[in-house]
Amino acid sequence: MNGISAVPPGLPLILGGLLLPLLASRLRAVVTLSLPVLVLALVWQVPDAVTLKVSFLDYVLEPVRGDRLSRLFGTIFAIMAFAGGLFALNRARSVELVAAFVYAGGAIGVIFAGDLITLFVFWEVIALASTVVVWSVMTDRAYHASMRYLMIHLLGGVVLMAGVIGHVAETGSVVFTAMTLDTPAHWLILAGFLVNAGAPPLSAWLPDAYPEASASGMVFLSAFTTKTAVYVLLRGFPGAEILVFIGLYMIFYGIVYALLENDMRRILAYSIVNQVGFMVCGIGIGTEMSLNGSAAHAFAHIIYKALLIMSAGSVLYMTGKRKCTDLGGLFRSMPLTTICCIVGALSISAFPLTSGFISKSMISQAAADDHLAVIWFLLAAGSAGVFLHAGVKFPWFVFFQKDSGMRPPDPPLNMRLAMVFFAVLCIVIGVWPDPLYAILPFPVDYVPYKGAHVVEMLQLLLASGVAFFLMLPRMQRTLTITLDWDWFYRRLAPRMVGKMMVHATSVDASLRRTVLRRIDTMIETLFRYHGPQGILARTWATGSMVLWVVILLGIYLVAYFY
Amino acid sequence: MKQRRFTQPATIWLLWTALLSVLALTVVANLFVKVQAWFGLDGTFAFNAWYGFSSCIGMIVFAKLLGRLLHRKDTYYERD
Repeated sequence: MNGISAVPPGLPLILGGLLLPLLASRLRAVVTLSLPVLVLALVWQVPDAVTLKVSFLDYVLEPVRGDRLSRLFGTIFAIMAFAGGLFALNRARSVELVAAFVYAGGAIGVIFAGDLITLFVFWEVIALASTVVVWSVMTDRAYHASMRYLMIHLLGGVVLMAGVIGHVAETGSVVFTAMTLDTPAHWLILAGFLVNAGAPPLSAWLPDAYPEASASGMVFLSAFTTKTAVYVLLRGFPGAEILVFIGLYMIFYGIVYALLENDMRRILAYSIVNQVGFMVCGIGIGTEMSLNGSAAHAFAHIIYKALLIMSAGSVLYMTGKRKCTDLGGLFRSMPLTTICCIVGALSISAFPLTSGFISKSMISQAAADDHLAVIWFLLAAGSAGVFLHAGVKFPWFVFFQKDSGMRPPDPPLNMRLAMVFFAVLCIVIGVWPDPLYAILPFPVDYVPYKGAHVVEMLQLLLASGVAFFLMLPRMQRTLTITLDWDWFYRRLAPRMVGKMMVHATSVDASLRRTVLRRIDTMIETLFRYHGPQGILARTWATGSMVLWVVILLGIYLVAYFY
Repeated sequence: MKQRRFTQPATIWLLWTALLSVLALTVVANLFVKVQAWFGLDGTFAFNAWYGFSSCIGMIVFAKLLGRLLHRKDTYYERD
């Protein structure tokens, strides 16, 4: 034990979160905003060492292990919990806020877990608490979405647990360290991590579940599950080549599905998959530059994505609508929300002077440094596609396009403050990236603001803007959804089980009929021979018995002589 | 009344002109900044403009084609 640095930084959020419903509303607000600040202080108390060890069965667990990577993610998770708490202050149902804080605490628990057992326990805390965040909306839609979400995450948890058991059986060690994909156990661990990252083929859980949470619930959800997965991939599988291809798939999957989507919150959910794709790709490249890029991009992404989801949440909160076909023209009455949304949209598009520019370009640079031509070209196309679906499409259809006739004002003060806080952070990080670069896992030797790079990025983004407006007549939204891999478990599997049940019922009935008929026949036969009148159960006369004995003895005598 | 001008044809024309002008400026700026080409193709003139534009058109067309195959009514999964 090393005093204060041995306190698991996520613990105050979990314990404090559970106490929130017991507090009076004013005190609850104070505690909601204070707990993340306390967590941030604890994160920076943890040195580059294991500060807490606990014996469990034959293993030594390390619930608190610090280094640069864990402090980076711990920092952004604490900042996120603060801004999320501020945004939720006026309306979060107690259940939602409690679950959200336990969820954030669980995520920070994973970040500081030095062993796979502690990691797994917090992994499941995340799954359960985030399910409650979705479920706490208390609508039928949210309930069904939360159950589907839980199924997928429990499946991911089981796969991860199987991998951990295999790893421990093979190596005898529970320490969570970098692994190579040389055993089935490590493949299982990777698969378990990737489920939470929103990787194929199970990406659909994310746009299925997150948009069903409340306006504030989705803000929390956007940050922790997928970025915890990015963290464990960064630590566990840096340089695993397969992640490059998975990441690229996620980038284009997110873009294409977001382009087809009508629901503004589902557009942003697809966009999460797209952005995590950039990070996963960077982890797969595996150089110091790309790993730094993925870590920095996760940091920047949490802020601008939460900002975008806050702006969408504000629209949902003020209008009750979330479909692009119902929205439009809101810039007139929601100017602050519009401006914050545009700042988030520019950041996610990596526009110069915003946070995305100084982080995403590190991943592209790493691909160029490693002479990965195809990957570099695809990342450039992906960057243009981000501007297309999140940078222009989302703000355009929600705040501009047609006049929907609605004139809602900007949301309440706490929601506005949370948005302004994150909008300012997006710009501060974009203008002054050095403090972020200073806390990245590896020393940074990269200058984002070179004349050529700025010109190239502006050119790329403006050209994709021109493409969007040119194609706008073909992109008008309709009341549709786009089928995804989840069709297999939401439609095909239930139908197949239904049909199987019909056939199984008829087979079962005919089997029963046949068996019962056989049993009846058997009983009849037995009754015929052994019943009260049956030939084998009748009482025979003594005379006939003697006659039969004499006949048998006679046969025996004859047989004896011959 | 002032804000409504945003949606008027004249304003939209102005925004189009502004967008294309800034894009043209960045293309002109290509002549004055030293572009580092990593793979040959990325060194062609105004690479980011034509590549960004064509890849976006490609993604939109692909999305539209995929949509024809996979679009369903948004009540598709709702229970009876």
